[in-house]
Amino acid sequence: MHKRVTFDTKLLPYLLLLPQIFVTIAFFIWPSAQAVWQSFLLEDAFGGRTQFLCSGLLTDPLAGDTWQRCFRHFDRLLSDSGYWHSVRVTLFFSLMVAAIGLALSLLLAVMADRTIRGGTVYKTFLIWPYAVASAVAGVLFGFMFNPRVGTLAYTLSALGFDWNHQLNGNQALWLVILAACWNQISYNFLFFLAGLQSIPKSLIEAAAIDGAGPGRRFWTIVFPLLSPTGFFLLVVNIIYVFIGTFGIIDALTQGGPGQATEILVFKVYKDGFRGQDFGGSAAQSTILMMVMIALTVVQFRFIERRVHY
Amino acid sequence: MVENRPWLTIFAHMVLIIGVAVIAFPVWVAFVASTHDSVTMLRPPVPLLPGGHMIENYTKVLTEGFAQASRTPLWRVLSNSLIMALGVCIGKIVISLIAAYAIVYFRFPLRMTAFWMIFITLMLPVEVRIVPTYNVVANFGMLNSYAGLIIPLIASATATFLFRQFFLSVPDELTEAARVDGAGPLRFFRDILLPMSRTSIAALFVIQFIYGWNQYLWPLLITTEEEFYTVIMTVSRQANVVDGVPQWNLIMTVGILAMLPPMLVVVLMQRQFVRGLVETEK
Repeated sequence: MHKRVTFDTKLLPYLLLLPQIFVTIAFFIWPSAQAVWQSFLLEDAFGGRTQFLCSGLLTDPLAGDTWQRCFRHFDRLLSDSGYWHSVRVTLFFSLMVAAIGLALSLLLAVMADRTIRGGTVYKTFLIWPYAVASAVAGVLFGFMFNPRVGTLAYTLSALGFDWNHQLNGNQALWLVILAACWNQISYNFLFFLAGLQSIPKSLIEAAAIDGAGPGRRFWTIVFPLLSPTGFFLLVVNIIYVFIGTFGIIDALTQGGPGQATEILVFKVYKDGFRGQDFGGSAAQSTILMMVMIALTVVQFRFIERRVHY
Repeated sequence: MVENRPWLTIFAHMVLIIGVAVIAFPVWVAFVASTHDSVTMLRPPVPLLPGGHMIENYTKVLTEGFAQASRTPLWRVLSNSLIMALGVCIGKIVISLIAAYAIVYFRFPLRMTAFWMIFITLMLPVEVRIVPTYNVVANFGMLNSYAGLIIPLIASATATFLFRQFFLSVPDELTEAARVDGAGPLRFFRDILLPMSRTSIAALFVIQFIYGWNQYLWPLLITTEEEFYTVIMTVSRQANVVDGVPQWNLIMTVGILAMLPPMLVVVLMQRQFVRGLVETEK
């Protein structure tokens, strides 16, 4: 954790840490604390007066409505069917991106690992979607599937399938799932490929000598040894959908049609910025922060184990 | 490969070629669209092979901007993106280098507190606390400025951890030798540690450049004046024009220009990119 040999200058380390700590406090910790604080404030419609909702906890904690008053914004949120709809959309979205994205990238990584010379060439051709911003990915997919001029929408309608993601919520949701999978595929691919290349070849050879075919070797040796990588990628993909797909949603569907693609992060933005519902948006932020903290803890606890493994 | 199975090898190549083609398709469609005139792009089916208006489209967008919606020439928008990407990237590397140096090479009270405070930034991305962060930046008077685009994004737990990990692997003998030779902490940092960190810095540069260039929500929030717009915002704004017919050929021209710099960085610095991606996750 630390060095045997250190310098013993008193002031210098604080000076060196100052910029990082300043930015962290000013732009990360302070606004987050503000979000939590705001979720317990009531602001009147004109933004003039604010009132702390939990003051009753100190003076009269046992009165019937004290707690309800304090958690008013959370209460309102959790009894709002629109919020639960958004929760379901986000969960479905992240599970689909993780499942489809991981399956496809694992397939590509296994194939690339099989080819001897091709591996590096294919790698070059598969890593660049990482460089595409999620908002640009949203625009590209919106163009391909544009109901009026899109190449793929045209092909679909020629095949007799009526495509219009601007009106059909289900199609819109599948479209953002597709765009997100595309955006994430190089990341998944690179980690799977690295995982595959770290499996000792002697294991595979031993199994081959014992008569196990490629399929059997994959399911009994490769797949179990890759499962830590897979689990890590699962968490990363879920975090990506929760946080990183804002650009796709904003550029492609704006949460619509209706609220078909309104994920939690987009709802925080919409309610807070366009709807000016600061209490509700702050309560949503607070809940999302707790989700993020939980996901990050899972991610890091797992990585600690991977190092020992 | 363990044994020779030609059919399986052919199958693997087929899967990979199909995969590459499918993955490249959206970008190919965008490129083709950027080489036609706007009338062609409004008559389905739109072509799948490049047309003859490429130079015309790119010159028009770079020097004049869009005709109706935005008159800012794209080279200015692109330079905003470049300033932001380089600012975020270099800022992150510099402040993380010195923070990691302080944490590894000094022992002082509050050292672990600082470490955990930096760690927390991982859990609190801008996206989950949009409104209060906007308010802070507004209070600092940093809306519509390069400082506002860059400074709030330069705290970096991943970069600090990466450098910390690297510094921990540097042998103690080097520090001892430097001290015997009379080098102080700053001299040691500048003349020994910094040159040794070159590969880690290069790897982080690639990752963080892409991160900075591809920022979307942040510039969307804090810029209202066109002179500070970034190229990623511009693509999305133009694709979602409410009134009027979208000029797909020009939108896709901007799209290609928005993708090109980070793609070049990934492809040309592939080794550093892969290294950076894998190592920042440790």
